[in-house]
Amino acid sequence: MRGAGDLVARMQMTRGMKIKEAKAYVAEKLKVGVAELTDPVIMNEVRSELGLGEMTPVPGIAKGIEAKHNIARVLDLDINCVRKFKTRTGG
Amino acid sequence: MSTYFSRMGDGSAIEVTAEEIKADLIEGSEDAADRGNIPPLSKEEYQHLLDIFTTRAKFVSVEPGNEVILTYDAGTLKIRRVGVNADRTLALQIYEKLLGADTMELSHVDYSYKPVKAIVGFEQPVLEQALLSTHVPLFYGAQPNLGLYSQPDGPFPNPAELLPKGDIKGAQASYEASVEDLVQDIVYIAECMIESGADGINLDTTGAAGDADFQASLLAAEQIRAKYPEACIELGMAGEFVLGMHSELTYQGERLAGMYPHRQVKMAEAAGASIFGPVANTNTSRSAAWNLARTATFMKACCEAASIPVHPNMGMGVGGVTVNDHPPVDIVSRSSKAMTEICRLDGL
Repeated sequence: MRGAGDLVARMQMTRGMKIKEAKAYVAEKLKVGVAELTDPVIMNEVRSELGLGEMTPVPGIAKGIEAKHNIARVLDLDINCVRKFKTRTGG
Repeated sequence: MSTYFSRMGDGSAIEVTAEEIKADLIEGSEDAADRGNIPPLSKEEYQHLLDIFTTRAKFVSVEPGNEVILTYDAGTLKIRRVGVNADRTLALQIYEKLLGADTMELSHVDYSYKPVKAIVGFEQPVLEQALLSTHVPLFYGAQPNLGLYSQPDGPFPNPAELLPKGDIKGAQASYEASVEDLVQDIVYIAECMIESGADGINLDTTGAAGDADFQASLLAAEQIRAKYPEACIELGMAGEFVLGMHSELTYQGERLAGMYPHRQVKMAEAAGASIFGPVANTNTSRSAAWNLARTATFMKACCEAASIPVHPNMGMGVGGVTVNDHPPVDIVSRSSKAMTEICRLDGL
């Protein structure tokens, strides 16, 4: 979460992408360069703007399952627990 | 003549010359090539490893943009092992927020599928609540641990008692019966955890009890994949080659006993695994250079054969890392850099 490792991991886990493809996919969705995915300064700003969860959860930002809703939308991804959250809350 | 700080596989410090490092690199790689019937490293790769080992810096790393992700096994178990009295959800948050983990795994302290079966109803709410408060992908994981299915821990005759008596058929029959029960247990728990929202299922340390253990893991992965086409299944190995405790078991026509990582990964792919975690064991009486070159040779062949992401096991006693509870950063970082740059792997 200091960078975008969790997001790259999700692409490997759900789409079977190899590392280069997964990083390129996430970089494109976040509109950053591949080398910036591990830059904690840039990524904290990006994660803050897109509501993807941050290392320091200041008041009012998306946290936990809220942030995972945003991750699913931004990465165009099905996240199991997000889908179940929506089902259980009638969403 | 200049000497460089390095270590033996047991972690003890040594001073070595560049010529000694190079000789060990070649010998280690050729050992792997001979055992696995795979190509040794190239001259350029030996030179790259030599450059890594002769760097005076304590910590080394890859260039920006070449980083890989990390998956973890048994994180919530390990935080208790080191005496941190943290609840498991708190442990996940510590890994995520304080250690910057890319993924995490929820696990029970008795880290095997069989003991989890009886308490799965207590495990699911922990997973469900952890998923509400964490951000990184969350696996549920355990070991297949086929040994728990033979007497005195399980219902079937103990092959380790039958084999010395010469009852080979009896031992094989016991392994085959154990496989059936183990597959049922793994699949049952995986179903429960995926229904509770898990991002992935980790079959950790597969093959620990030999070819029957590996076969059960493959069959379980196959069944999980059939029911949940979108689920992530990570399959990590226990050792660098599959022990032939039964010796005649197959998967999709391939004999499992004796398989090295580049052939294991094809079995994992055929079973529907999403990520494969190969192993190369550390020899404590050989140098870090010997061990790392040997490991890189196995892992390079595995990654070249793989069509799914590969996350080699890196840690105490595997992946070119020394056999210590708290591996020294000089060797961990050198091994990580070398494995990432030479093997083209997808994670660690």
